[in-house]
Amino acid sequence: MNVQNFATFDPFADEGDALAAANQDVGSQSNYIHVRVQQRNGRKTLTTLQGLPKEYDAKKLLKAFKKEFACNGTLVDDEEAGQVIQLQGDQRQKISAFLVEEGIPRATIKIHGF
Amino acid sequence: MSEEPLFDPSLKKRKKKKTVAFSEDPLGADADPTTPAPESIDDVTADGVAVNMGSKTLHEQLASEKQSAKVGGEDEEENEFGDLKKKKKKKTIPLDLPEEGSGRSTPVGEGDDLDFSDLKKKKKKKKDIPLDLPEEGSGAATPVEGAATEDLDFSDLKKKKKSSKKKANLDMEAFERELSESKTKEEDEGEEEGEANAAAFNDIDETEHGENPFARSEEPAHQGSDSEPWLGSDRDYTYPELLRRFYSQLHAANPTLLANSGKRYVIAPPSVAREGNKKTMFANVSDICKRMHRPPEHAIQYLFAELGTTGSVDGAGRLIIRGKFQQKQIENVLRHYITEYVACKMCKSHDTLLTKENRIFFVSCESCGSRRSVNAIKTGFQAQVGKRIKNKTG
Repeated sequence: MNVQNFATFDPFADEGDALAAANQDVGSQSNYIHVRVQQRNGRKTLTTLQGLPKEYDAKKLLKAFKKEFACNGTLVDDEEAGQVIQLQGDQRQKISAFLVEEGIPRATIKIHGF
Repeated sequence: MSEEPLFDPSLKKRKKKKTVAFSEDPLGADADPTTPAPESIDDVTADGVAVNMGSKTLHEQLASEKQSAKVGGEDEEENEFGDLKKKKKKKTIPLDLPEEGSGRSTPVGEGDDLDFSDLKKKKKKKKDIPLDLPEEGSGAATPVEGAATEDLDFSDLKKKKKSSKKKANLDMEAFERELSESKTKEEDEGEEEGEANAAAFNDIDETEHGENPFARSEEPAHQGSDSEPWLGSDRDYTYPELLRRFYSQLHAANPTLLANSGKRYVIAPPSVAREGNKKTMFANVSDICKRMHRPPEHAIQYLFAELGTTGSVDGAGRLIIRGKFQQKQIENVLRHYITEYVACKMCKSHDTLLTKENRIFFVSCESCGSRRSVNAIKTGFQAQVGKRIKNKTG
């Protein structure tokens, strides 16, 4: 006697959203450190660093950045992006150099902007 | 402050004058994202290797300009943003190395020949003969000597040509043979190879870096002096050396190869103009998108995400971007766009289609059939700029 309900395998089970899995693969920006630049008024710019791995202390990093690049900066909490370091001026190359020096692989750092 | 310097093309200065009224901006060096290209570039790298950075003197520049104009006319596919580069040349920013190298190493004959006749008027008689270009190239491509020695070089060349002229030997091969006889053999070979090497290596580099269609790489050209260093010693040759040798011989054997490989992806340079004080107009965005076979919305979305700004498309199909942007900045972003969303990663072709399936974008190559998924465009974190009062939530 074969009762479908007793079978351990349910053929109609929801096998998880294949789309979601694919999405995670494709659109995953989580493993990148994004360094962006934004224009402010005049020739002033703002650099944001998003997606810092959890093992780094953003606060300490910010302090080091500020000292190293001689600029001001702040730590912003964003709902989506989490903790974002925000620095005054265009510090993209310097950030990249700094992080690479600290042992973060260059491939994971993504510099945006012009 | 009061009037705009009409003659000044550089945005930087204008801005400075506006904001700080002729005083030095303390933040200036750091805050300026748009550091302009240096006026003149040393042709010696940090470790003392001489690099051909293009022409330095006016004389050379004139010559190279003519040459590039001619070469560009012949194979326009070779240089992306051809007009742009020519324009830049007029601004005397000798930047584009690979193009010049390849231009010189493509022994097309007539163009260069004409060119030389322009340079040195005495050689007019020889217009109909495709001269040996390796030597010409080496004369121009060995930047170790300055302009003065280069002149010497040319005169040297001339003498040789005259001697050959006396014999009235119009046969190309015989001509070459004579030249190589008149020169010492190794020297000739070395220079020839070095010149070909430079071109070949530039090619390699470009293809390795995902073939930037607007490529303007500044890698130092490899000098030909170490073309076959293993001959002197008993060591084995290394792979790069062999590779170099292969390329040099390949290009020496069939010079048309370089010209053919120059069939590259051309896009009209973005025409960027300031609209008002705080907006930038990107006029030919639709043309460029058509050329890339991409929906303009996609490219525009990417532009906005990368530039971290917003904007709109006006009635005439032009894109209005908020913020001040220069042409080269837009060009840079477009270049990234092309490498990420247009170019095929497998075959470097730009003949690709962008399709959307289940919210995921796929790029499928028309020439090799490969398909890959691409990242969705995400703006990411946007910092609060401008007045807070404008932002109701903040």
